[in-house]
Formats: sequence, structure tokens, C-alpha cells
Amino acid sequence: MPDLESFRAETREWLEANCPPEMRKPVKDEGDIYWGGRNATFKNDAQKAWFEACRDKGYTVPEWPKEYGGAGLSPAEGKVLRQEMAKIGARPPLSSFGIWMLGPALLHFGTEGQKQRFLNEIARGEIRWCQGYSEPGSGSDLVSMQTFGEDMGDHWVVNGQKIWTSYADEADWIFCLVRTDKQNKYQGITFMLFDMAAGGVTTKPIKLISGNSPFCETFFDDVSVPKSYGEDCPGYVGEINRGWDVAKYLLGHEREMISGAGGGDRTAAIGAAMKRNAGELDPVLRAELAQFDVDALAYTAMGEKFLDELKVGKAHPAQPNMMKYAGTELNKRRHELMMAAGGSRALEWESEETGGGKPSRNWLRTKANSIEGGTSEVMLNVISKRILDLPGA
Amino acid sequence: MPLYYDDDQAMLAETAQQFMGEEGAIPKQLRHWRDRDCKDGFGHGLWKQFAEMGFTGMLVGEDDGGLGMGHVEAGIVLEQIGRNLTPSPFLSSSVLAATALKHGGDDVRGRWLPGLIEGEKVYAVAIDEGAKHRPETIACRAEKSGNGFKLSGKKDFVVYGASSEMIVVAARTSGSDSDTDGVTLFAVPQDASGMSHDSVRLVDSSMASHVTFDGVELDGDAVIGEVDGGREVLNAMLMAGRVGAAAEGVGVAQGAMDMTVDYLKQRKQFGKLIGEFQALQHRAAHLYSEVEIARAVTIKAAQLLDGGSEKADLMASVAKAKVAKAAGLAVKEGVQMHGGIGMTDEYDIGLYMKRDRALQEFLGDQYYHAGRVAEMSGY
Repeated sequence: MPDLESFRAETREWLEANCPPEMRKPVKDEGDIYWGGRNATFKNDAQKAWFEACRDKGYTVPEWPKEYGGAGLSPAEGKVLRQEMAKIGARPPLSSFGIWMLGPALLHFGTEGQKQRFLNEIARGEIRWCQGYSEPGSGSDLVSMQTFGEDMGDHWVVNGQKIWTSYADEADWIFCLVRTDKQNKYQGITFMLFDMAAGGVTTKPIKLISGNSPFCETFFDDVSVPKSYGEDCPGYVGEINRGWDVAKYLLGHEREMISGAGGGDRTAAIGAAMKRNAGELDPVLRAELAQFDVDALAYTAMGEKFLDELKVGKAHPAQPNMMKYAGTELNKRRHELMMAAGGSRALEWESEETGGGKPSRNWLRTKANSIEGGTSEVMLNVISKRILDLPGA
Repeated sequence: MPLYYDDDQAMLAETAQQFMGEEGAIPKQLRHWRDRDCKDGFGHGLWKQFAEMGFTGMLVGEDDGGLGMGHVEAGIVLEQIGRNLTPSPFLSSSVLAATALKHGGDDVRGRWLPGLIEGEKVYAVAIDEGAKHRPETIACRAEKSGNGFKLSGKKDFVVYGASSEMIVVAARTSGSDSDTDGVTLFAVPQDASGMSHDSVRLVDSSMASHVTFDGVELDGDAVIGEVDGGREVLNAMLMAGRVGAAAEGVGVAQGAMDMTVDYLKQRKQFGKLIGEFQALQHRAAHLYSEVEIARAVTIKAAQLLDGGSEKADLMASVAKAKVAKAAGLAVKEGVQMHGGIGMTDEYDIGLYMKRDRALQEFLGDQYYHAGRVAEMSGY
């Protein structure tokens, strides 16, 4: 494939010219991630330059069509770009729930007007989105959610509460599941889009066992949500009362994202790094690390296979559940071993040497991996039902 | 290269699945030969059919009359062998010995390859010395003697050794036992005087030999590759064999899992299909996940090997270890979920457990390979 090879050469050259050296270092903390949005600030000039170069090239969302802010790359070209970026350790120029979640939903279910407006805003990092799914009484059993939108003709009045809304306190807009028909469990939910600055929206961060607060409780008190934002741009995705279809589709994407299928640190082998840090490894720990590395390297191949198959429609539609299950369980094990190898130093909660307690905080944070976006147990239920076709699953 | 089968490979997979499902099926091969106490442990008729299908020489270059295919393709055939527990010298002959012979000179290739490709001959490999796979140490010695060599020592776990027309033997021609250099590979013909087999049946009904070489006289033309330079060829054989064994293991895992999941949909207890119980569902779903990952890394390792990547050695060990874990889980869960019937000889699930056990040991178990992964990673 000579075209692909010339694309690789061009990409390499472009990255060389546009990715600043600072942006080729591993992400160390939250500040190293650029989320975009109305209130976004850049940590440094390198982050700004890298983001802007990617934005102008369509590389914040390389495989989205050009008219929506992407670069229109083919799946094969997208893979080449990811490989070349991985080779130099290039950071993602822009992270957002818009890219990972709302974007794919709009590409699949959105109107032309919605795509023109919202996808471009996402690609250009102008609007930061958050997701309103779970409620205090609706975790794994998401469809039991109660947040209600009363139909007022040209708008809804929404009341209720969401929980585990990631970064809701920093988000500009929310894509939110709202019940619009109390009689109809599955076909009574609408996938709404609205501004967090709207009157009646309040957020309250939740402090986790890691000491960090990436999630919020979000309250809606008589929030007015328009049914339309202009011509061909409804205030909801898909059809009214059919938001569950969109939600299910999106959960698939969320599971891919959480599974770390795209590779990166989460699936890498760790034994060598642990030895460098610890000096000598206890032989039994070394053996555990070796077993982990086998699983991690194998899972990396699985991630590659899964993405390759996904791009050409060969993946089983329920396969993201398997990836999510295996990937998150692996990541939890990874951090258990990193804590073990780190010894008492890894227990430090605030010291400078640990970057403010990174090892222990990250370790604790990973415990949520197999809860958020569908628990491991739910993933196993889905595999049982949809892949293994087991009775009554 | 995408990590799934291309059109030709998908077609081969379909052909191999159909062929092995019919001709290589458990009643027709494994049970048939086992119940007749066959001393070969496999059927020569099926080996001929393998040749007609083009399998026997699939890794052999086209110039030598083979198909010039790669390890992804060999893995496709091996997965079906594993799935059907087909007793076959394919892995030893067409993967391991063929890989060695490909490194040989014209004479060696001309002497041994045609018989393999035609399905007339079966070859074995003699690598292990002792009950565990430790190819870093080779004590079996070949001393210079006239124009040739005199081979002395012992080899173990020579699969189908007593039924093979030739055995590829890794022997030491210089240095001390654990040296990397000084290893030479020999093609030792069946009728070599001074070679004796203590042939034993293994748990999976396959046959393997303890081979003793008591001053076996070999011509110079028995050497495959370079004298003292055999380590590189041996490593190539080991990589190919490990990736091949991993592929067969994926088939064993898949076969055991399929049987078990089917059983969960048939067996009733407490007035319910046992597959309705979440305790079993979750274990089956976890198993599915492990088998999928094992297959992915096996194809990855085969692709790296075919591409000549320097990562192939690492990934071959990752694949062998991962498959051992997944297949080991598949057969253990298989027997347990079958309950009492799983312990009977009449049911096939126990046969999967036995084959898995033998395959685990072949060319290094999961502990050996996990250790290798650690060493290659620098810890």
C-alpha cells in the first residue's frame, strides 16, 4: 500500500514539525490534559501550540468528516496516525466527552444541523460536554431513572438529579437522559442537550476515596430545555422518547473508551519499570509482575485486534463489553502491583516525591474502573446474554 | 497489517475447519487410534490427506515445492487441529522440522523436504533434555569423527519420535552445556545405528520417545545449517513451534469452551437449565474473554514472526503463556461445569483436559514463558 506509506511519511514529518517536545512526555497530572471549553486555559505555550496545530489540521478528531471539523482520515490512515503519535509519545491534543461520546452519537443519530453545529464546536474544543446518565437510585439499573421533563409545547421543564456526572462543574453543556413518558420504561426517555448555564442547574463535587473530585452530583430545578436550537437542530438526539437507543449505542463507546482499547499506558507491561524503581524485586512479586505483563501484552494485542475489527464492522457488537471487563480488571491489578512494588513510599498521600500522593490516589481511583460505565458484573451479564446466548441471561 | 484474517486466510480457515471437523474429528481419529492402542498415535492416512490439502508443506518455500505460506496460515490449521484434538505430526513435522530444514543447504532440503510435502514422511524434533523444557542448556554431544560426527546423549519428549523417518536433533559441538554458541542441528535418519527409542504413551494418548544416542555415526551432510551456528536456527524453530503450539492451544480452549457452553444450554437441575445460573454465566463469560485475548495475541505473534519483527520472540512467549492460562482455564471449567459426566471417558471434555496438559508442557509451560517475558523485558 504505497499510499498508506506516503501518508505515514507525511504524518511523521507533520508531527515532527508540529508536536512540541513538551507534548511528547507522558501525561503526569490532570493539568497536562487539555479539555477545551468556554473557560479553558492552557497550561503552557506548548500545549496551546499543539492543540491549535491539531485543531487546524482536523487532528483533534482525525477520522471525523472534514465538514464537521475532522480530517476525514480513513480507518487505515487513522491507525497510522495513532501509531506515529504513539511512537513519539505524543499526547492527545484535546480530550473530551464530546469526542468520545456525544460525537459518535451525533454522527450516528444526529441531524445535519446538529452535526454542523455541535461536532464543529467539539472538534474545535469550544464547548466542553458532560454526561448525565446515572441517578442516585439508578446505577447498574440505569433504565429505572426518574429525572423528568414535563412537555410544555416548545420546551420541557426538567426536574431531578443526576450523579457521577464527570466534571459537571467545569462543563459547558450536558447530554442528559430525561424521562418524558412515565408509563413507558424503555421508550419513555429522551436524550436531551442543554446548556449548564441554564437557570436551575447546580452541581456539587463528590469527594472520592482518592481525595479527588472528578465527579459531581447535578441537580435540575425547573430547568427549561428548548426542543429546538434553530433550523434542523433539535434540542434532543434521535427521537423523542427513543433516547434509550442512543444511550445504549453510546454505552458501547464509553466501554471502548474505559477499556483503554486505544492502547497507551493502561495496557503496557510494568515489570521493568517496577524493577527500576524498587531495585531488587521479591521473587514472588517478580513472578506476579511477569504474569501481569503476559496478560497486559496479550490484552494490548486484543485491543489492536478489536479496533481493527471495529473499523471494518467485523467485531461482535457486544465485544466492547468484553474489552471493558478485561481492560478494567487488568488496570486494577496493575495498580495493586504498582503499590506492592512501591512499598511504603507509595503510601505517601501528600509528599512532593510522590507528586502529591499519585501512586495511592491513582490506585484508589482505579477501583472505580470496574464500576463506572457498567460494572464488571453487568459486563459479564451482557457477554452471557449477547455473545454466549446463555438462557435467561 | 490489520489483526484479523485477510480474504485468503479466511478462506483457508473455512477449508481447514470443514476438513478437520470431518476427517480429523474425535471419533474418527483420536478415539479411533487410541482405542486400537495404535503405536504411532496418529493415522498415516490422515497425514496423506494433509498433504493433498497442501498442509504438510505450507511453510516450505515455493522453490522447494511447498506453498510458501506463513505462520498465520499454519496457525489456522493448528487451531482446527486443537479444536478437534486431531492427533497429527503437523506441529513437529510441518512447523518445527520444516523451519529447521528451511535453513539447511540444498542437499538437506532435497533429501528431506519432498517426503514431507508429499505426506510420505513424518519428522520429529529432539530438543528437551529432562522433564522440563530448558533449551538454553544442551548437553547432548556430537564429537567430530572423520568427515562426520559421533552423537551421544539423551533427549526427552520427542513427540512421535519412534514413528518418524528423521529427527532434528539439537546437539552440542563445542563449548560447555549452557553456552549459546557451539550448538549444531542434525537431521538424524530413523535407521541410524546407535539410536534407540523408549517410546511411551502420554496422558493425551500421543506418543513420545526418550531417545538415546550411543555414539551414533553421522555424515557431514546430516548437518542442518552451520556447524556451531545452530542456535539461531534452533531459536527460529522454537519461535515457530511456540506460536504454533499457542495456535493449537487456542483451538483446544475454543473446543472445550464451545462444548461447555452448549452443555450449559442443555443440562437441567432444580428445574432450570444450569446456564440460567448467574454463578455459571459469569464464569463462562470470563472464560470467553480470556480465550478471545489468547487468540488475539497468538495471531499477533504469528504476524510478527511472518514479518521478521524483532518483537516476535517476546510475543511468541507472551502468546504461549497466555494461551496456556486461557486453555488451562477452559478445560478446568469445562470439566467442572459438566459435573460428574465430565469425569467419564465417554464424554469428550476430559480429552480436552488431557491434550491441554500435554500442550502446556510442549516447548515451555506458562511459568517458563512468563519468566522469559520478564527476562526479555529486563527484570
